[in-house]
Amino acid sequence: MESTGSTTGAISGAEIVIRCLHEEKVKFVFGYPGGAVLHIYDALFKQNKFKHILVRHEQAAVHAADAYARATGDVGVALVTSGPGATNAVTGIATAYMDSIPIVVISGQVPSYAIGEDAFQEVDMVGITRPCVKHNFLVKDVKDIASTIKKAFYIAASGRPGPVVVDIPKDITAHLANFEYPNSVEMRSYNPVAKGHSGQIKKALKLLLEAKRPMIYSGGGTVLGDASAHLIKLAHKLGYPVTNTLMGLGGFPATDKQFVGMLGMHGTYEANMAMQDCDVLLAVGARFDDRVIGNPTHFLSQKRTIIHIDVDPSSISKRVKVDVPIVGQVQSVLGEMNELLDAETKKPDAAALKAWWATIDGWRGKDSLAYDRSSSIIKPQFVIEKLYEVTKGNAYVTSDVGQHQMWAAQYYKFDKPRRWINSGGLGTMGVGLPYAMGCQLADPKAQVACVTGEGSIQMNIQELSTCKQFHLPIKVIMLNNRYLGMVRQWQEFFYENRYAESYMDSLPDFVKLAESYGHVGMQITKPGDVESALKEAFAMKDRFVFMDFITDQKENVFPMVPNGKGISEMIMGDDPKSKTAERPELA
Amino acid sequence: MKHIISLLMENEAGALSRVAGLFSARGYNIESLTVAPTEDATLSRMTIVTSGSDEVIEQIVKQLNKLVDVVKMLDLNDGRFIERELMLVKVKATGAYREEMKRMADVFRGRIIDVADGSYTVELTGSGAKLDAFLEALDNSAIMETVRTGASGIGRGDRILKV
Repeated sequence: MESTGSTTGAISGAEIVIRCLHEEKVKFVFGYPGGAVLHIYDALFKQNKFKHILVRHEQAAVHAADAYARATGDVGVALVTSGPGATNAVTGIATAYMDSIPIVVISGQVPSYAIGEDAFQEVDMVGITRPCVKHNFLVKDVKDIASTIKKAFYIAASGRPGPVVVDIPKDITAHLANFEYPNSVEMRSYNPVAKGHSGQIKKALKLLLEAKRPMIYSGGGTVLGDASAHLIKLAHKLGYPVTNTLMGLGGFPATDKQFVGMLGMHGTYEANMAMQDCDVLLAVGARFDDRVIGNPTHFLSQKRTIIHIDVDPSSISKRVKVDVPIVGQVQSVLGEMNELLDAETKKPDAAALKAWWATIDGWRGKDSLAYDRSSSIIKPQFVIEKLYEVTKGNAYVTSDVGQHQMWAAQYYKFDKPRRWINSGGLGTMGVGLPYAMGCQLADPKAQVACVTGEGSIQMNIQELSTCKQFHLPIKVIMLNNRYLGMVRQWQEFFYENRYAESYMDSLPDFVKLAESYGHVGMQITKPGDVESALKEAFAMKDRFVFMDFITDQKENVFPMVPNGKGISEMIMGDDPKSKTAERPELA
Repeated sequence: MKHIISLLMENEAGALSRVAGLFSARGYNIESLTVAPTEDATLSRMTIVTSGSDEVIEQIVKQLNKLVDVVKMLDLNDGRFIERELMLVKVKATGAYREEMKRMADVFRGRIIDVADGSYTVELTGSGAKLDAFLEALDNSAIMETVRTGASGIGRGDRILKV
C-alpha cells in the first residue's frame, strides 16, 4: 500500500491513525493493546510499514519510545489503551516531559458518548496528563484525526521538544472519513523561535572575548538541538573550559582536554569550582537547576556575567538572573556566534586564560574521582571504567536512577551526543531496561549497555520478556550492592545511618531469572573477573546478557554537594566527613 | 505587586484548565480569573489578576506564553489601562440602615437593583480597589452577601490586544 497522503474513498478512523504514522515515516510503535484501541490494532495488523513492539507494561512502551527519540532525534511513538493503559503511561510521559523529549503518545478513550459516565476503563487522560505534556488533544471527530496527529508531531519536535498526547475515543476510530494528510501546520498560537537576536549574540561574543576566567556550561539542549559540532568548534576556537550537565554528557567530548567533567551535585571538583569562580559564563541549553548549581543564593554570591542561550524563554532567568539572554535554537545561535568569531580580530586574553587554566589544573590535581583500585571487592566505579574500555567508548549507555547512574555519568567518557540515555529531570527508576530497548531498536548493530542497580531493574524487570521476543542483544550491567544505594548514602549523611527501608531483601537469583526468560545470566564477584566477563558478554553479539556484579556495599558517590549547599561546598571522597560509622554486614 | 494580565486563547475545551492548572502547579498567586468568548468566536479572552515579585511575574508571563493554546497576551501593568469589576452586594435595609445604604450606594455611584423588605441589592462597578473601599465603608454586620466577577481590563488608547 503506497501512501499518497490522501484517499479517494472513506476509511475508518483507525486506518487514518495508521496512515498518519506512515506519513510521519514512523519505524517503530511501542504499545500494548486493549479494548479502546482494538480498532487501531486491527488496522495496525494489516500493515507492515512500521513495526509494533509489544512491551509488557505501558510504562515501558513510553520509556522505549522516549529512548528511541533520544537516540535518533526522531519523534518516538507509543500506543496505549484507555484507563489503566493510559495511567500506566503517565510516568513515561512525565519522564519525557522533564527531559524535553519529543514523543507522541496515542491513547484510546472510551466511546465519546460514554465519556463522563464512569465507563469501564475510563480515565480523563487529557486532564491527568495536562501538567506533564507539552500539549494534548482529545479528538472528537474522525475528520480531525489527521490534522491533530500532524500537529502532535510538529509540536513534539519543534521549539523546546516534549511529549504530546492524542486521546482518541473508540467510536471515532470506527467512523469513516476521507484521509488527507496536511503538508504543513499553521498555528497562530504556536510559533517557536528559531534564530537568536543578532545584537545579543554580538554582545555575548564581546563579553566572552573580554573574559578573564571564562566557562562554558552545556546542557541537554545542546544534545537535543544537535548543536554539538557547533559547540566544539566554538570551544576550540576560544580555548575555554567546558562542563556538561548530566543531560548534556556527550554534547562536548569527555576525552577533550578542555573538558573539566560533569558539574553539579556529583560533579567533579574542577567543574564545580570553575563554575563558581568564573567571571563570564556561557550557558548553552541548560537551566541552572537545583542539582546543577545547588543553592542559587550561594551561586550568585560570586559576581559573574551570565550569557544564556535557550530555545525556551521560560528557562531563562528562572532560578538565576542572567545578563545576556539569547532566545533561539542553540544550533543556530552557536552557528552565528562561530561566524562572528571567524571574522573577529580580537582574540581571547591569552595571559588571563593561561592563569585560569593553571588554576583549573590545580583543582584537577585533587583527582576528585579517585577511588580504591586495589580493593578485593568489586568497586562499582571499576566496573564502569572497564565497561568503557571494553566497549571502546562506543556503546549506548542507558541507566536507571541512583548511585549507579552517577557512576556511569562520572566514569564512562561520552564523546558523542545521544549515547548517554538517562532520566535526568524526573529521576525515574525503572527506565534503564526499556531505554536500552529503544536504543537497540534504533541502532540494531550497536552495543547497548543498561547500567542499573538491583533496586531499579526490578521496577521494569518484566521487559526481559520483550527483549527475548524481539531478540535485543542488550547487556545489563547491574551494580548489585543490595541497598538502594543513593537512599542509603543520604541516610548516612543526613539521618545518622538509620537505614529506613533502603536494604534490598529477598532478591531473586538474577542469573536464574535471566535464564528463565531465555537469556544469558552471569554473576561476577571478583574484581579480577570484571574485564573478562564484560568481554565475554559483549562477544555474544546476538544474545541478551544479564550481568550481576556483586559490588562494594559501602561505596558512596563523591564529590557530593549536599542538598541546599553551594556548588563549591563539596564533600570529597577523602574527606573525614565521608567516613561513616560501621554499617550492618550482610549475611 | 498586583498585575493584571490579559490573554487571548483558542476557544477550545480545556483551555481554562490549562491556565488554572499552570497557576496551581507552579504555585503562583491567582486573585481572580475571568474568561468569556470574544467577538471572534474562535477566541476566548481571559483576564488574570495575580501578584508577585518582578521575577515571578516575568515567569508567569513566560509560562503563559508557552501554553500552546495562548495566542497573544499583554501584561496590562506595562502601560496605561482601565480596570473594571462588577460586584453585587446584598445589604441589610432595615431601620436606620434603609436610608444609610441608599446614601452609601449613591456615594459610590452604585445602583440598587433589587429592593426587598429587609434588604437591598447594590450593583457597583469599578476597579477592584473601589469595590474594596465600598465594602470597607459599610458596616460589616450590614453585609449579607457579596459576589464579584473578578477584574476585566483593557489598555488605554491604542494599546490593543487583538489577533
